[in-house]
Amino acid sequence: MFTHKPTAVLMFAVLLGACASAAEDSPRLGTPITEAQLQGWDLIVAPDGSGLPAGSGTAAQGQAVYEQKCAACHGMQGEGTPGVPALAGGSPIATPPLMTAGSYWPHASTIFDYVRRAMPPLAPKSLTDTEVYQVTAYVLHLHNIVERDFVLDRDSLPTVQMPNGGNFIDRSQVQR
Amino acid sequence: MNNNKSELELAHLHEQLRSESVAGNGLINRRHLLGLGLAGAGSLVAGNVLAADASGLVIPAWSKTPGRELSGYGSPSRFAAGVTRLAPQPNAISPGTGASRTPLHLLQGTLTPNSLHFERHHAGIPDIDPAQHRLVLHGMVRQPLAFSYEDLLAYPQVSRTYFLECSGNSGANSGPTAADNSAGGIHGLLSCAEWTGVRLSTLLEEAGVTPEASWITCTGADAASLGRSVPLNKAMEDVIIALYQNGEPIRPEQGYPMRLFVPGWEGNVSVKWLTQIKVTDGPANFRDETSRYTELLPDGRALQFTYSMGVKSVITSPSGQMTLTRRGLHEVTGLAWSGSGAIRRVEISADGGRTWADAHIEENQQALTLTRFRLPWLWEGGEAILQSRATDTAGNVQPARAAWVAMYSPANRYHYNGIQSWAVSAQGEVKNVYA
Repeated sequence: MFTHKPTAVLMFAVLLGACASAAEDSPRLGTPITEAQLQGWDLIVAPDGSGLPAGSGTAAQGQAVYEQKCAACHGMQGEGTPGVPALAGGSPIATPPLMTAGSYWPHASTIFDYVRRAMPPLAPKSLTDTEVYQVTAYVLHLHNIVERDFVLDRDSLPTVQMPNGGNFIDRSQVQR
Repeated sequence: MNNNKSELELAHLHEQLRSESVAGNGLINRRHLLGLGLAGAGSLVAGNVLAADASGLVIPAWSKTPGRELSGYGSPSRFAAGVTRLAPQPNAISPGTGASRTPLHLLQGTLTPNSLHFERHHAGIPDIDPAQHRLVLHGMVRQPLAFSYEDLLAYPQVSRTYFLECSGNSGANSGPTAADNSAGGIHGLLSCAEWTGVRLSTLLEEAGVTPEASWITCTGADAASLGRSVPLNKAMEDVIIALYQNGEPIRPEQGYPMRLFVPGWEGNVSVKWLTQIKVTDGPANFRDETSRYTELLPDGRALQFTYSMGVKSVITSPSGQMTLTRRGLHEVTGLAWSGSGAIRRVEISADGGRTWADAHIEENQQALTLTRFRLPWLWEGGEAILQSRATDTAGNVQPARAAWVAMYSPANRYHYNGIQSWAVSAQGEVKNVYA
């Protein structure tokens, strides 16, 4: 919600000023909508855990889901198959480098987010939230990031430390 | 030889041209060329089609009968049917995933026809009914809003000509060996169009961005629901919700009915089939901004959120897999662009970078568009290595390939902008090389 801290008001005024000319002739046709209406539609999960749904899962539970729905392409141990990325093993500094979900991805949230929105490729969004928790736990376990019985849920997922998490350099405000 | 110059005359002209050299191995000063009255390359051709035909011209058949009927939507001449995107085989594992490339070596000027704009999809092209599509703006805003396509058509729109380049464009040239490929095959994840749409700032203002917000996170309505994060300052600056491409509704391959368009930045952030903009206080760290579209460094660390496309150029003619079939004057031409401004200068070398000459570019180049450059070149049958080197208005200079390679891990394929080298053999065959 909008706050009344003076600095915050100033920042907001700056943002408004940047687009004042465009706003003047805006017909303002947006239809109000509530966040509650976006439940189940907004699939974005961020590293801080925002957007994670209810439910939980372990790697032990995820193995069956993985073997049924993922292993044909990604391999039984997440080793990948021709044309399909490996999920576990390797290292960005090996020769040749191998950048897998386990060895390279900086945040566990990305696995949950990506599996839920885009996997499997022939039937994206077909997994239940519980299955996504289970498969995410299993992918993490393939790289020994969590134990087989570690319960992944909206509270525990943001606490998972990825091995390569500290090795990304944020260039978002340093464009050429 | 009818109207053609005699061999002796031709030799004399070449001698004159050599005296107008501006750099090694045949690069000619364009102004001097015009001064000599030799701008028409045909005047230097020793034996062309017309001359070889001893009989006079005849009125062709198509001038003696009415042509075909009009049509609802035009298509190219059947004689230009070979000017197509360079498309891959279908992807059996992940349907619709892959890229098709703009045939840069078959085009001229700077605008890409809509049917030839490059494609990069992560789960195919959705068949979206605009009447059912919604763009939702929510998150750190005072009032979450939903917009229909029809709503957006009623907003004030802006038209801008921008290039769009995939972060992985030219990545093949970062590999250990130079692939035998064409300019389009190597660099064709690059296109340029006039994009028309609604400023994102107009919609953000309507929803009311709250003070703690610093990013937007955007997703598309394709099967991959592709997501990317964009800093709020860029979103407020020049990002548009594009609805039209070169004047017509944007093509399904480009995001119909609407796409985000983020000028100058790697193509992947210009989310197609845009359906969600969630205002946040941090990036979502989507798959396509962590696992992919990050640049691995030699020490194992990686650059993340490298958005702006580096200054770059490529000679499109003569270029890879072409063959020069006649000796004499040719026009070296190509494209230059930068995500950091306009192109200020393009230099060309015909001797592998030992000597350089300024190419001709049009004045008053616009920022974040393609720039066409040209320079006359006298090829007399010797070996040559053609290169181009662009400089932008921010002062960035396109790096040599070796300098680029030294900056990254050998595994990195993103943001490659090293100088392209085309080797010309004594037989006139043009080939991609590392030089």
